[in-house]
Amino acid sequence: MVSAVFHSPSDSVAGASVAVSRPAPAAPAAEVIKAKPPRAPIDWRAVALRVLPPLLSIALLIGLWALATMKGGSFPTPAATFDAAVKLFSDPFYRNGPNDQGIGWNILNSLGRVGMGFGLAALVGIPLGFIIGRFEFANRMVSPLIALLKPVSPLAWLPIGLLAFKSANPAAIWTIFICSIWPMVVNTAVGVQRVPTDYLNVARVLKLSEWKVITRILLPAVLPYVLTGVRLSVGTAWLVIVAAEMLTGGVGIGFWVWDEWNNLNVAHILIAIFVIGTVGLLLEWALISLAKHFTFEGD
Amino acid sequence: MKPFIQVQDAEMVFTTRKGRFHALQKVNLDVQRGEFITLIGHSGCGKSTLLNLIAGLLQPTSGGLICDGREIAAPGPERAVVFQNHSLLPWLTCLENVLLAVESVFGGKESPSQLKVRTRAALELVGMSHALHKRPHEISGGMKQRVGIARALAMEPKVLLMDEPFGALDALTRAKLQDELLKIVARTQSTVIMVTHDVDEAVLLSDRIVMMTNGPAATIGEILEVGIPRPRVRVELAEDARYVAARKEVIDFLYTRHAHVEQAA
Repeated sequence: MVSAVFHSPSDSVAGASVAVSRPAPAAPAAEVIKAKPPRAPIDWRAVALRVLPPLLSIALLIGLWALATMKGGSFPTPAATFDAAVKLFSDPFYRNGPNDQGIGWNILNSLGRVGMGFGLAALVGIPLGFIIGRFEFANRMVSPLIALLKPVSPLAWLPIGLLAFKSANPAAIWTIFICSIWPMVVNTAVGVQRVPTDYLNVARVLKLSEWKVITRILLPAVLPYVLTGVRLSVGTAWLVIVAAEMLTGGVGIGFWVWDEWNNLNVAHILIAIFVIGTVGLLLEWALISLAKHFTFEGD
Repeated sequence: MKPFIQVQDAEMVFTTRKGRFHALQKVNLDVQRGEFITLIGHSGCGKSTLLNLIAGLLQPTSGGLICDGREIAAPGPERAVVFQNHSLLPWLTCLENVLLAVESVFGGKESPSQLKVRTRAALELVGMSHALHKRPHEISGGMKQRVGIARALAMEPKVLLMDEPFGALDALTRAKLQDELLKIVARTQSTVIMVTHDVDEAVLLSDRIVMMTNGPAATIGEILEVGIPRPRVRVELAEDARYVAARKEVIDFLYTRHAHVEQAA
């Protein structure tokens, strides 16, 4: 409606002679717009279309689950699972010996391992990516190794870690390190190779020092790629930690799942799946918002 | 008088994946200090290649280039380039983009506050004082190109190299920037070499128009002396006989004698 009011003066001008330059009807048009109450009322239809489908799918899932578990059996009902979750989360930080700790501790321990392994991988992987991207020789040297090692399941590295570190916890961190290093190396290297030639030409014309080329041009230009690598790495690390902990034991969400399986506490396994999904989602979301902050429009 | 810039028998052959491409053949050009030269020709005629050779961004396959008595071996701030797509760093503000250039040229000799003054003066010269702290994506295409020109001018170059600086702008903005460039060049007495494919732009701005033949193996076809006195005013020139004649000459060269034939691949 507003747009129709807006267009009418210019249309009439175009229709009239060429000489007309001051669109007289503009003033009443502006008044019409001002007289109207502040626009943009909430479009309930759009909101409903946005909110309803996810709610529907969740309701459907829970409904199916409730139907399937109505007759009883080893699988808990949604209500029973919910009760167990409430109980579990009412005291997330208890400690009854090394193998019986609250879910909060389990999550934090897993996150700690992921953070450690991932942090080490970032320390090694990002500089390595820079070197590979900047020097063709290094690229040709390292590329075949990366191509060979990248498709290996990180869990295959677990025995090597156990052998090298003689202990479960460093072995799990080692596994995370190996699985999260590749995306960061590859993405950083691609980012460095894709720095627009124009920017590098600017650097050449300005005769910037190598230090300034790195800090003022390479780093900012590559940062979005690095952050994509980081996001992929953290995602993989969070996938892998659950499996690694199942094998190594100790306090952690992965081992907790395995422990509850041994206890045949299926409700807790379901809760764990939900928790693992939520934490993964939060990590992803945090890194995406970080990446948005550091991404510059090229043009 | 010895020419300020000399291009002697420059040849340029690119080795690409598809094979060798002979871009420039036997290019000879002398540019005097303070001259405004435009390179004009159809797309693919190697005019940007010639500019990049003078900038030092490319090295000729054979032949030599000399600027102010020295062989051109690498790019440097004494031959500032205004790039076609402005090439401002998107993560720096307008001020920082220009300051980066100023620092690299004068950083060793002057205090930080002097550098700031230079930077602001350059942005003032192109009328961009109002957007010092804006990032390139926050300003219009014409403004970006102004900042690009400010960056080049701030280095106080011996020669200003412009690669289709106004090519991506709309006609009105382009005319405005051309007028301003005329004023700036009159004030700074810069030597300018500009690549363009716009005949009016070439005639309006240049002392001499270098017309290039079509590639491959392009070379300089003719050089037209534009004998119109400065200062030049766009509106008055429109009916000026010398302007019309120069324009006719360039159009004749481009569309009659060296009409561009699209090559079948």
